[in-house]
Amino acid sequence: MYRENIIEVENLVKKFGDFTANDNLCFEVKKSEIFGFLGANGAGKTTAIKILCGLLFPTSGKVMVAGYDVYKKRHEIRKNIGYMSQGFSLYEDLTVKENIEFYAGIYGLKRSEIKTRFEDLVQKLGIDELKNKFVRDLPLGWKQKIAFSVAIFHKPQIVFLDEPTSGVDPITRRQFWDLIYEAVESGITVFVTTHYLDEAEYCDRVCIMAEGRIDAIGTPDELKARFQSKNMDEVFVKIARGK
Amino acid sequence: MRTVLIILRKEFKQIFRDRMMIPIIFFMPFVQTLILVYAATLELKNTNITIVDIDHSDFSRHLIAKFNASPFFKVNYQEYNYSLIEDDILKDETKSVLIIPANFEKDIRSGAPVNLQMNINAIDGQSAGLINIYVNQILSGFIKEELVEKTAINPGLLPASINVKSRYWYNEELNFKHFMLPGILVILISMISIFLTSLNLVKEKERGTIEQINVTPIHKWQFLIGKMLPFMIIGIFELTLGLSIGMLLFNLPFAGSVLTLFVFTLIYLFAGIGMGLLISDFAATQQQAMFTIFFFFLIIILMSGIFTSVESMPDWAQSVNKVNPVYYFMRILRSVILKGSTISDLLNEFIALIIFGITVMSFAVWRYRKTV
Repeated sequence: MYRENIIEVENLVKKFGDFTANDNLCFEVKKSEIFGFLGANGAGKTTAIKILCGLLFPTSGKVMVAGYDVYKKRHEIRKNIGYMSQGFSLYEDLTVKENIEFYAGIYGLKRSEIKTRFEDLVQKLGIDELKNKFVRDLPLGWKQKIAFSVAIFHKPQIVFLDEPTSGVDPITRRQFWDLIYEAVESGITVFVTTHYLDEAEYCDRVCIMAEGRIDAIGTPDELKARFQSKNMDEVFVKIARGK
Repeated sequence: MRTVLIILRKEFKQIFRDRMMIPIIFFMPFVQTLILVYAATLELKNTNITIVDIDHSDFSRHLIAKFNASPFFKVNYQEYNYSLIEDDILKDETKSVLIIPANFEKDIRSGAPVNLQMNINAIDGQSAGLINIYVNQILSGFIKEELVEKTAINPGLLPASINVKSRYWYNEELNFKHFMLPGILVILISMISIFLTSLNLVKEKERGTIEQINVTPIHKWQFLIGKMLPFMIIGIFELTLGLSIGMLLFNLPFAGSVLTLFVFTLIYLFAGIGMGLLISDFAATQQQAMFTIFFFFLIIILMSGIFTSVESMPDWAQSVNKVNPVYYFMRILRSVILKGSTISDLLNEFIALIIFGITVMSFAVWRYRKTV
């Protein structure tokens, strides 16, 4: 099945002084797939995601997101993406509703549109009791789900998730992934970084990073076959040992 | 435009939900005007003076009575003993010692020169100077009234003197509060614009929310206007509140036009908010921003002429003041409130503030980046 590329990265390099955070990355992401970026802390995942979102300038290389060049068309890119950072930066002193209304307003959604989409969301997540609570009073799992809902509220083409599930229990993580699948079904491409290897199994394709470089890339099944492993855990260990 | 309104709404919600902001906005003007205006007084009242009367004559008693009648002094008596006198000064029981020599009356009557010895604790030079002036006023009053009018001394024997009659314009009673109040207002407005703007912006960095803002298609100018306008409005509110307190409680005369004052204040707020933004461009945490501002704030406030006259500062300090917005605003506020100056009277200050504001703001906005 042929699908067009929504992200294209060629020879991406990002240096901070002498330190090379991203060393010659090459990959592409297809439309409507879940693309996982896997790696230990400090492997360069967050740097790469920030470059794709237009938060950081690349040092060199070609980066196209949603058909736009990150050097020249960051404003166009921003209109077409959603982003959820590690710190899932909702405003703690605003309520769930106020946060959503604020971001939706910034993306230029009409008031009536915000209203209907918000009502749908409340129903879907079952947050009728939570919607008028301050974000600071919510449990971590809910903060993450709501941050994700904010990131896709304006129906972007791509959503970037930077370690969205760190720090919560497996059940909450599973629920979070249900939300991700739902987003993909509606046509959103998901770019997710994680250091949970079991989550790699949920991705259509994964890319394993270490020390700023891409060590392997492919579907979970391909990788398991190539490294003769039962699961992604083993794949990861074998790649790490192979060095 | 709608985006700006959305940001404004968010900002005002957050500002009024912040536990610290309500006290800062509503109580700070009261605290500053009510307490600082009284505390930061340079007026001299009831200062202790020790008088050593060696002469014990009618004249010396007359002179002491004049000191007692003065609101500036509280008289202690001391016998003529040098170490006791020094002790009093060291223990801070007295600020100054006046010694009336033996033969004080006799010498005056015979027209011989009379020397009174005056020792003043000059650690605080400003009040020492004032004490000296007041003592001299009492002495010359004593010579005129007591000697010439009540005794039969030939005025020809007294040194001829030229009387200078001063009239104090714009603050006739030399009311120090009227001088200080505009100064306190300047501090208030500076704090609102510089501190609150930069802390507010840095807070978004600290919490990480700025990243979420930066991935949205929001334009830099929309975001910055939304961030700055609230403090513009709060600044004007603070001026109005502080001014009302001054006029109601301190009978502060308001000679100028309110419109002029507001125009100047808006320009100054623009400059102050620009400084706040500039600092937030460089600071990563609220703590860094605070310390940076404290460092500059103390300097620009003290150099602005709030307590001391700028004209008596050394030349280099006066040159530094050429780029000190607080200096201009201090002059402006005092002139407009006490003298009723107009924009054309204060054209230099007006232009200087505009140039400063535009320069700082442009640099700060240029330096503000959505992508690093």
